[in-house]
Amino acid sequence: MTAPTPPHGDSSRAAPVDPPADAFRLQDRPAAARFAERRIAIYWGITTVAALILAGVYLAGGQPQVEGLLLMIALGSLGLGFVVFARDLLPGSEQTAPRDEHRSTEAQRDAADESFERGEQPFVRRSFLLRMLGLAGGALGLAALFPINSLGPHPGDTLAHTSWRKGSRLVTADNTPVKVGDLEVNGVLTVFPEGATSDADSQTILINVGDAAQKVRPGREGWSVDGLVAYSKVCTHAGCPVGLYRSTSHQLLCPCHQSTFDVLDGCKPVFGPAARSLPQLALMVGQDDYLEAQHDYSEPVGPGYWNRP
Amino acid sequence: MSDDTPASASAAEPAAAAEPAAAVEPASALEPASAVEPASASEEKKPARKKVTRAGQAGRWVDDRLGVSKFTQSALDKIFPDHWSFMLGEVALYCFVILVITGAYLTFFFSPSEAQVIYHGAYKPLDGLPMSAAFNSVMNISFQVRAGLVMRQMHHWAALVFLAAIVVHLCRIFFTGAFRRPREINWIIGVTLLLLAMANGFTGYSLPDDLLSGTGLRIAYSIVLSIPFIGSWLGFLFFGGKFPGTDTIQRFFIIHVLFVPALIAIVLTAHLSIVWHQKHTDFPGPGKSEDTIHGSRLWPQYAIKSTALFCFTASVIAGLGGLAQINPIWIYGPYQPAAVSSGSQPDWYIGWLEGALRVMPPFEIREFHHTIPNPFFPGVLLPGITFGLLFAWPFLEQHFTKDQDRHNLLDRPRDRPLRTALGVSTITFYVILFLAGGTDVLASSFGLSIQALVHLFQTMLLLLPPLFCFLTWRILKELSRQKAHPIQQPVGGRLVRTATGGYETEGGEHNGHGPHDNAEPAGAAVDEALEPT
Repeated sequence: MTAPTPPHGDSSRAAPVDPPADAFRLQDRPAAARFAERRIAIYWGITTVAALILAGVYLAGGQPQVEGLLLMIALGSLGLGFVVFARDLLPGSEQTAPRDEHRSTEAQRDAADESFERGEQPFVRRSFLLRMLGLAGGALGLAALFPINSLGPHPGDTLAHTSWRKGSRLVTADNTPVKVGDLEVNGVLTVFPEGATSDADSQTILINVGDAAQKVRPGREGWSVDGLVAYSKVCTHAGCPVGLYRSTSHQLLCPCHQSTFDVLDGCKPVFGPAARSLPQLALMVGQDDYLEAQHDYSEPVGPGYWNRP
Repeated sequence: MSDDTPASASAAEPAAAAEPAAAVEPASALEPASAVEPASASEEKKPARKKVTRAGQAGRWVDDRLGVSKFTQSALDKIFPDHWSFMLGEVALYCFVILVITGAYLTFFFSPSEAQVIYHGAYKPLDGLPMSAAFNSVMNISFQVRAGLVMRQMHHWAALVFLAAIVVHLCRIFFTGAFRRPREINWIIGVTLLLLAMANGFTGYSLPDDLLSGTGLRIAYSIVLSIPFIGSWLGFLFFGGKFPGTDTIQRFFIIHVLFVPALIAIVLTAHLSIVWHQKHTDFPGPGKSEDTIHGSRLWPQYAIKSTALFCFTASVIAGLGGLAQINPIWIYGPYQPAAVSSGSQPDWYIGWLEGALRVMPPFEIREFHHTIPNPFFPGVLLPGITFGLLFAWPFLEQHFTKDQDRHNLLDRPRDRPLRTALGVSTITFYVILFLAGGTDVLASSFGLSIQALVHLFQTMLLLLPPLFCFLTWRILKELSRQKAHPIQQPVGGRLVRTATGGYETEGGEHNGHGPHDNAEPAGAAVDEALEPT
């Protein structure tokens, strides 16, 4: 691969273009070389000591900061020794050699072509068989793709629905049902449908906006109870929980990408990358003043997807 | 930029032709000398000894069976050019080695399971908290396994440095034109390695199942959902159903510790083999030419220096792993779908995507009962274009410059004003995106409004890349017109070190460049070729 290079020690003859590199090498000056040797020995001595202490620290129970520091010292010192060694003690340095032309000769290329065609021709001549082989291979490949389906269920319309049902009680993450008077004005609470507190898509944020004037959308009359409104907590942008409520401006903020929703205006996005309002959950008062949902969300919650209408 | 390179190549020809005459001659003159005793010279540092050393004996034992002496000799004598910027790729390689070693240790203690357990470990603040077995095992690695936290933090830091080294290495290759013929294949392999490294970084980052990485997974799932036609199907296949499911950690684990690392190992081997086979590029300079390679031998100089580089890389990562806290999952807590904290930033190499998601205007396509959601554009389209352009760059440049020549000598960035300017504006674009990924942190640190910051970043994204492109191009044009860097401009000659160790003054006729500077004619040619445009 490499062109023949002269033996070591002859580097002044070998690389006439760059003689100075060797002229300053410490190896030619015994005292300086001895000094370099001593330095390397000290460096590698430090490595030895640090490594032994490191083992001791481990045996004594370990301490992350000390372990990292000792390992840093041990490895760094080892490296320093190598650098001094390479710089001051190694013979010869700069070499020049020709590069190869990587392209093969035309004759070699023709020979390779011929060898390939030797095997290709019997197939090419039987074009019908070649097509049959293609068909067989395709069918086999297709059949081999099907097990991929086992990796996950078909989405179907599962993305369009949550666990909320008619009459689902609003409960907190620890299954406590929520009553009408539980939430003071400007308070927020994350709620789930009873029995589905682990369904991330059903997470809903319940807000008491008090007597602030709301722009109620057509068809959503009677969805709020006594200043309480409920919206999906799954951001319509990338699905993070919209958890920050600014009570002064009645805005919900998503901490991931700062999409901001106006709670008094149907949680319409007013800032950030979200392009759709948060879906609203229709509330009603059930038995014993417990809050319930009138029905599931009337549109898919969370980020968009291709089949979302 | 249309036809600068052919002009420069032909202009560089005379200079290049003059050099090898001096450089190759002595080597071939000595050929018989080295051919006399190739075997012994190859195995050992001291040639011409009848007595074979122990290493030589071992070598003979292997050679009797495999016949590798010829390869060993050429390998040991292989020449590598010296320049600090050629070590960036090596740093990445050594990071990968450290990642494999520390990662192997971690696998012995990590449990890739989303089964719910109650924490009763050494870290009291989380005592009694329900969490996944995965999070629990990472807590144990951090607090109970001896040297576990150091290993874990070194692993995470090594991943960050790995990606950083790859990106800086890519920039070096780009700005010096090292991707040009005959190295287009290795460019493609290198960009593939960047993709694989990012994939492995992200899957590894997600494994502890903490609140921060869980939020990242949720966003990744939403991005997959946003792909037209197949998004929701793909998302369900990948995450085993609706997110958060119970299969994610297990799948990401096997992807992280087996599939992607194996792919990286294979592709990395190809990358290095091709570098080895094609030989390294080099900057123009004294003793350098297109037809020769100039530098130090693999054995011992280059091997020892490279070993030192490994030691330093490992040393820095050990220091960071021990002293600089990273990913303190006990502060974030376990993932809960309904919880999230502000200041949720991903690892740095995903930062540009996070920023793109944040500054994207609220736009999505809803027509004919179908939706192309907002995250598709910054989360799928942008990376698609980014990597598409990266893969295609060598061929795009070839198409526009009509440069089909083989290049072993590198460009100086300023000799290719347009390429460098485009590179600078591209970096500007992604740095702004990266900064935009931290709008909430910047806003709270500097007391600014997030709205104002987002608008500022949106404006900067539109204005700064073209502006920096133009400025870079102008500055480089000016530099090549001056034929020298202003601070190198000699005043009445220039000091040059001589072969014997003394110094002598050179006349001002070279106008700032050394007598051997091959790049000079190239720069001048580019300047003239570009003048009309």
